[in-house]
Amino acid sequence: MQIIAKKLSRFLLVVVAVSAFTFLLVNLLPGDVAYIVGGEDATLEDIKVIHERLGLDRNVVVRYFIWLQKSARGDLGVSILTNEPVLGTILARLPVTIELLIISQCIALMLALPAGIASAYKSGSMFDRFVNGIGLSTLSIPSFVMALLTIYLFSIKLRWLPATGYTSFSVSLGDNLKSFILPGLSIALIEWVVLMRVLRSDMITTLRQDFILMARAKGLPPWRVLLQHALRPSSFTLITILGIQIGRHLGEAVIVETIFALPGIGRLLVNAIYSRDYILVQGCILLITIGYVTINSVVDIIYAILDPRIRKELSHG
Amino acid sequence: MRLGVAFWISLCWIAIVVASAASARWWAIPEPDRMDWNHICAAPGTIINEVVLQPGKEMEISKYISLLGTDTKGRDIVSRIIYGARISISIGLLAPLIGLLIGGLLGCLAGFYRGAMESSIVVAMDIILAFPGLILLLAVTFYLGSNLQNLILSLGFLTIPVFCRVARAKTLALRSLEFVQAARLTGAGNVTILYREIIPNVIIPVAIYGLVVVAFMIMAEGALSFLGLGIPAPTPSWGGMIADGREVLDEAPHVSLIPSAIMFLTVFSFNLIGDSLRNYFEHGKSQI
Repeated sequence: MQIIAKKLSRFLLVVVAVSAFTFLLVNLLPGDVAYIVGGEDATLEDIKVIHERLGLDRNVVVRYFIWLQKSARGDLGVSILTNEPVLGTILARLPVTIELLIISQCIALMLALPAGIASAYKSGSMFDRFVNGIGLSTLSIPSFVMALLTIYLFSIKLRWLPATGYTSFSVSLGDNLKSFILPGLSIALIEWVVLMRVLRSDMITTLRQDFILMARAKGLPPWRVLLQHALRPSSFTLITILGIQIGRHLGEAVIVETIFALPGIGRLLVNAIYSRDYILVQGCILLITIGYVTINSVVDIIYAILDPRIRKELSHG
Repeated sequence: MRLGVAFWISLCWIAIVVASAASARWWAIPEPDRMDWNHICAAPGTIINEVVLQPGKEMEISKYISLLGTDTKGRDIVSRIIYGARISISIGLLAPLIGLLIGGLLGCLAGFYRGAMESSIVVAMDIILAFPGLILLLAVTFYLGSNLQNLILSLGFLTIPVFCRVARAKTLALRSLEFVQAARLTGAGNVTILYREIIPNVIIPVAIYGLVVVAFMIMAEGALSFLGLGIPAPTPSWGGMIADGREVLDEAPHVSLIPSAIMFLTVFSFNLIGDSLRNYFEHGKSQI
């Protein structure tokens, strides 16, 4: 319980830091914020309206608390370009990003599970070193290069899938999934290495234990020993990492969504940056960061509840 | 324990990249922003004949072999890669240096003094780590403008917590060892011990760790430039070159793939050097 309270207080601290940071970004811009928010062709009346809307005549600290209060109620302001509420625009894009993250994690697992199990079983062999070498080189490929490589290979050379184009979930499920394969793959091709390494090292530890020896002595074939006896106790860290990675890949999603023209939050953020829509950028950054922090904290807390070892470690440190 | 061939090859590659970036001005290559509309997306190895007309002289034809071809605006790829290396290498080396100095020092302080100082430093670092890196970076460069100085500072800021963690862990391991106690018995004060005993022993493992951070910084700068949010346009950068070639990936894949390969080799080399050195030193320790 103490741990959870500690984690929760840390979470709140981070949320406050995040909100202060995003607020300050817009408000500490050099010059009059209203002119910057309004853009180059804002008339004097526009400036006046923005001044009133942002309450610029008041003290920064007062403004922060007003902004915080509004944000907490879900009012993140309206986009300067489209005049639509920021929160609604972001929430409409959210499912695409979530689907991308889930699909990429599934593909990554499909690659990591067999590779991790096999290289743990044959640890030290040529195969193990080969997988490890591939792993080290994939970690040196930035996600945007990986995305271009998948487009080049699967879309231009093999012509299996289109490079861009998004079909909504409601139009056709098959086409919808198809538009996620290449983006998901380009995240997964980087992601699987981390999962594979974690699984491999946990699996090697498990395989040394007595119950595995017992299973082998019973004469079970290797695949049954590996899949039915060794996999479950070895996948504990893997599952945690999976949770943390989903948060970490929000950044990657920005790049991949932009390349594959998927209408998710990442692309919304980049487009808002290109069109200098300050309020929308602020909203995106706030929501993405809060989402990221929340996922991480939830994973952390669940982990602390599930694993007694971590509980002990934390209360000492 | 030897460092192995791969280590030396990587080191050579980094040396070549750094040396050519530093000596870019003296190379017999076209300017990186010189456009040639007659040779758009020329394949690697294309021979470019150029007519030089100067008053009072005969017409000259100069021949130039474009080793890696030209990009979508007819600019020479070799030249852009060499000039782009300046951005990648200076960000890649300077940003971690900021993290190394500030984060390393904070980590040493936290690990050495412990108590309230340690817990406040650790909490501050956790807060920085809680931000998603790329989003923070996008935010800072968007609102404050992206020039070389801002990029180095904001990327450097992001590396502070990682260095701090490593330095703290190393300091914790060192602080109760005999040589530190010996120094204390000779009457050395805290600052002297920190400065003469702890920091010299912490700096090498932290710097080796920094090589992996260098690799990561080069990729992060590439991602920003790729999105068009790095150093603004006329200045060549690897990420920007890769982004340029996206449109012609079908008919002229070399425009994107060559800078991609160069970036991969550089990042891979830094990763490999970092990994080899870490293994080398850890192995050395276990033998003692």
